[in-house]
Amino acid sequence: MSAATDDSNRKFKQIGSRPIRHDGLDKVTGRARFGADFTLPGALQGVFVRSPYAHAKILKIDTSKAEKVPGVKAVITAEDLPELPMSWVSQGPAGVDSGANQRVILAREKALYHGHAFAAVAAATREIAVEAGRLIEVEWEVLPPVLSVDQALAEDAPILHEGQKTEGAGPPVEGDTNITNQIVFEGGDLDAGFADADLVVEGEFETPMVHQGYIEPHACLVNAREDGTSEIWCATQGPFGVKTETATLTGTDPQTIKVTPSEIGGGFGGKIPVYLEPAALALSRKAGRPVKMTMTREEVFRGTGPTSGSKMKLKLGAKSDGTLVAADLRLDFEAGCFRGSPVGAACMTTLSPYVIPNFRILGRDIVVNKPRVAAYRAPGAPIGSFAAESLLDELARKLGRDPIDLRLQNAIEEGGRAKYGPKFGPIGFKETLEAAKAHPQYKTALEGNQGRGVAAGFWFNAGMQSSATVSVNPDGSAVVRTGNPDIGGSRASMALMCAEELGIDVARVRPMVGDTDSVGHCDPTGGSRVTYATGMAVIDATRQVIDHLRARAATMLDVELDSIEWQDGNAVAVNGASDKGSIPIEDIARKMGATGGPIVASASVSPPAAGPGFGVHVCDLEVDPETGVSRVLRYLVVQDAGKAIHPTFVEGQYQGGAAQGIGWALNEEYLWDEEGKVENAGFLDYRVPVASDLPMIDTVIVEVPNPLHPYGVRGVGETPIVPPLGAVANAMRDATGVRFHRLPMSPPRVLDALEGAE
Amino acid sequence: MAKIRVETTINGEETEFLCNGQESLLEVLRDGLGMTGTKEGCTTGDCGACSVVVDGRLVPSCLVLAAETGGRTVDTIEGVADGQTLTPVQQQFLEHGALQCGICTPGFIVAAEKLLEKNPNPTEAEARYFLAGNLCRCTGYDKIIKAVLDAAAVMREGRA
Ligand code: FES
Ligand code: FES
Repeated sequence: MSAATDDSNRKFKQIGSRPIRHDGLDKVTGRARFGADFTLPGALQGVFVRSPYAHAKILKIDTSKAEKVPGVKAVITAEDLPELPMSWVSQGPAGVDSGANQRVILAREKALYHGHAFAAVAAATREIAVEAGRLIEVEWEVLPPVLSVDQALAEDAPILHEGQKTEGAGPPVEGDTNITNQIVFEGGDLDAGFADADLVVEGEFETPMVHQGYIEPHACLVNAREDGTSEIWCATQGPFGVKTETATLTGTDPQTIKVTPSEIGGGFGGKIPVYLEPAALALSRKAGRPVKMTMTREEVFRGTGPTSGSKMKLKLGAKSDGTLVAADLRLDFEAGCFRGSPVGAACMTTLSPYVIPNFRILGRDIVVNKPRVAAYRAPGAPIGSFAAESLLDELARKLGRDPIDLRLQNAIEEGGRAKYGPKFGPIGFKETLEAAKAHPQYKTALEGNQGRGVAAGFWFNAGMQSSATVSVNPDGSAVVRTGNPDIGGSRASMALMCAEELGIDVARVRPMVGDTDSVGHCDPTGGSRVTYATGMAVIDATRQVIDHLRARAATMLDVELDSIEWQDGNAVAVNGASDKGSIPIEDIARKMGATGGPIVASASVSPPAAGPGFGVHVCDLEVDPETGVSRVLRYLVVQDAGKAIHPTFVEGQYQGGAAQGIGWALNEEYLWDEEGKVENAGFLDYRVPVASDLPMIDTVIVEVPNPLHPYGVRGVGETPIVPPLGAVANAMRDATGVRFHRLPMSPPRVLDALEGAE
Repeated sequence: MAKIRVETTINGEETEFLCNGQESLLEVLRDGLGMTGTKEGCTTGDCGACSVVVDGRLVPSCLVLAAETGGRTVDTIEGVADGQTLTPVQQQFLEHGALQCGICTPGFIVAAEKLLEKNPNPTEAEARYFLAGNLCRCTGYDKIIKAVLDAAAVMREGRA
């Protein structure tokens, strides 16, 4: 049975309710086991040894002194991994290049950022391993670092990678370069569009590199066995990715690796790549012992994936009635030390919420001596949106228009084309704008030094591969198994969908996340895809289970299968057989053994697309003109969820994304010294929002069903971080009269700007 | 290096452990005693994931030397629930969905219990400032604060 049945008029019994999550008890009592909570007898502690330079050739590494330290059991460098060549070529949207990925784990020819790991040590204790690491001798040839887009593009810029050419479209670039890729989207006639415009606004914008900031540092435990097989326990968004990636980077047959995902303490995209696992496997093999590796917070900041810093230039043209007619956008994104910034996604998302007939978008992926970026929640979209939503706000001001009305006037609708080509299906953009406008916060009066900002945004959401297995227990309860680590309540959503179909109480469905040997393949928990795609597999598998239950009931009642309908947990005889009555699931389950054996079914999906999610945020903010300190007074998130399976966790995504975006707008940034060293690699100086920084975050869930999912679900995790940068900046403009082109709008910057404006 | 023998009371149980002079209480709890409910987010006192109560005071266990807990009482997340019964704070965290990934949850619960012990009727602002030492990157704090305020209300009713 296809999962894509039309259920648009269905009256749900449990979908949309708010049951307590099945894994909650273990999480409020401290029993849940996260990445660093696993150990094995005899486990060694592994640590990376990291580069003191941001850019330096590695001429020679001598590990002999470290190896002699008592308690040290293994030391590895890149030489201990089979050398994978750089392909330079992006093999997908994330720019998969195994050669690059391997050089992120352990630097080979060069250290490419301060803190780049070049060796790893396993020893009886962490202290011994760290001490031994200090005895590793390296001959470096120190090179000048490239620390910004401007430096990377300068005439005489040091080139990070010999052999790196510019790919893609756009103006040709000669020779080796730090621009790895150029992306161009064009439509209409740009010159004619601007000639037609009554009003033009333009600006240059800058955003800093920021980190996902998950509270749990990366951690894993690896046990390489004598027979060549190995087990990995780790905190990851994608256990199947850990399996294949660890295999590729260590030259191992992936089928010999079993990955058990632990509970995961946040990821936001940053726990899709592997960092520790290949090194821990190589160490474990060399030492013949299990190896545990956990990063310190400082290592997380220095050595794991932030998202790109950027420089952007945007020009918008409009008619005097507010109709957008032209847009010219340039996005330059720092990729970190290897290609793969999310500039492509930013090119696709930044202008697509609006109808603009004439446009040109150029995106450039630029390598710099900083950690290689990883996905961060709607990768790229918040950055571009900051520029677009800031200028739309300017336009509304110049035209004397309400900012929501201006957006409504230009909002894309079903059938409208995204700037990257395809037409949107049913989307809820106008509905979210209207709901934001109708919300009481939008009418709340503002006082002195206060301002209100509006911004909108969208994210594609992902489909990708998922599978699920549903089995019935002898008492009529059920188990749902998937391979997606539960990062924000997805177990409860999986159980709800299974329970809804089966017609049993959600508390009688036990959801579990299996290891890579126990469940079918699932792509990572990411891309806002789990409730959508894995949920579809759960629904499909449950419907197959129902078919089995109906068949068993038909046998038990001695009627044709066609005469059995499934209603609220009961097999009911119909079609002239109604005198035979019905059998509840408990009775069918109890007799499973006699009617054909255990009932279990699996399903897989690979939807090529998902339903895009649009959101609109309203930020009310107050600025203290004496100190530059700003305070968010009220904050509203309105977003189309398609169908909210578990509204509590949908709201949680809205609130969490907004909070991260507010942090990005107001405080968060990596600070670098001239040599390329991160100066604030800790939570004291890299300041993420704390409870006293924020107000309650109000939410409105709009539901415009996504026709690609049987219940209408759209992913909700990523869209909420898209609008906040613009919403906060627009509120700041409203409060202070100053347009901020550069993030974060931290107190010293605000104070400077206010003084400059006087 | 000679190990130090420490006698302490953890969650009401007399406990003995060996540690070296530099080891933090967090390390001993997690690695020495297998009490992994207390989490590590930073080891620098900045995230609150490792919150415990020592002699009645809320502290980040990463900044407490294990050797200094001799003769004192230590209360951790594992001791919060009363046997099989959750406290109102724990229960409200579940009801409100005040956790997404859950890594910050033990620290928040230990801190929130302390807040409500000191101040049974906190305002929203008081709760926010008291819990400002605990970082949560997932929730935006909204549901956490609501859970704590509701737990306070439940506890006040229970007492009345
Ligand atoms: S681990 Fe102790 S405060 Fe972060
Ligand atoms: S729930 Fe993830 S850090 Fe708080």
